[in-house]
Amino acid sequence: MTTSPETLLPGFADPVDQSQAAFRSILDAMARPGTLQAIVGPTEHPVGISAAAASVLLTLVDYTTPIWLDPSIEGEEAVGAYLRFHTGAALVDDPARAAFALLGVGSRAEFADFSIGTPEYPDRSTTLILDVDNFDTGDAVTLRGPGIETTASLTVSGIPAKFWDAIKENAVLFPLGLDAILTAGDTVVSVPRSTRLEG
Amino acid sequence: MSLLATYCGDRSFTVLRSAEPGLVMVRARAGGSGALFNTGEMTVTRCSVRLEDGAIGHGYAQGRDRARAEVAARLDAVMQELDAKRVEPVVEALEYEIGMKAQTRQSKSVPTKVDFLTLVRGENA
Repeated sequence: MTTSPETLLPGFADPVDQSQAAFRSILDAMARPGTLQAIVGPTEHPVGISAAAASVLLTLVDYTTPIWLDPSIEGEEAVGAYLRFHTGAALVDDPARAAFALLGVGSRAEFADFSIGTPEYPDRSTTLILDVDNFDTGDAVTLRGPGIETTASLTVSGIPAKFWDAIKENAVLFPLGLDAILTAGDTVVSVPRSTRLEG
Repeated sequence: MSLLATYCGDRSFTVLRSAEPGLVMVRARAGGSGALFNTGEMTVTRCSVRLEDGAIGHGYAQGRDRARAEVAARLDAVMQELDAKRVEPVVEALEYEIGMKAQTRQSKSVPTKVDFLTLVRGENA
């Protein structure tokens, strides 16, 4: 039972309270797309991902939700071992089968590969968890849609250009589509499938 | 507890998964060949720790005693790096303790045993 011992790290120190607090942060982020929400982090997290991404995964993922890991994540194996140990989730190679997908900074993943759900079950789509550099610098985008009173401006650096194409695609696919949670440091921002990109 | 002091008194551990109680389904098979069925759920507490040099120990203990699960996890981690000779006294001490408990229990229950074969009503005599 000593698989990758050096890399196995502790998760939440207080799993019940911390995962509930993190769930509230994710819920607030999802309800108000484009707003920055602080999220509680685990005691330690693998080097290749942000504390916020680790926290989102520890909170939402369990043995019923297969995860796809972006091969570009630094120390992907350690991240996989961490998630398997703490959540019991299966890691899948096929992005279309994943309930959650973890994408690293500047991911080159093809967004068309993920599941957008079916008309009978639109909820069976892949939720993307995208690590970005930060929300302070970089290009600003304007978002509109449910949960945003008029428009919301989101500044984000280190996001794949193809991501915004995928978000534009969501407008055509609705009610199917991809939901995204952007993470950096201890901050989460959501871009659910109902959110439209201005311009 | 004394084993813990002897074998890992000065070792530092990182708790990977703090002790948490949960349920496991106990399955059984009648007569060893019947169909599997779920007997019932059992409370189990599990814990995982990592030694500073990387050995990971897992402990599962029946019941809700968190301390017990953590002791089991710590011993499991330490036992992974001890050579077989040093592990033997740990196992032997535990075996002895369990054996003694069973023996005490048995010696208490034997005198109360009722031998039903001796209870003949005597109507046909």
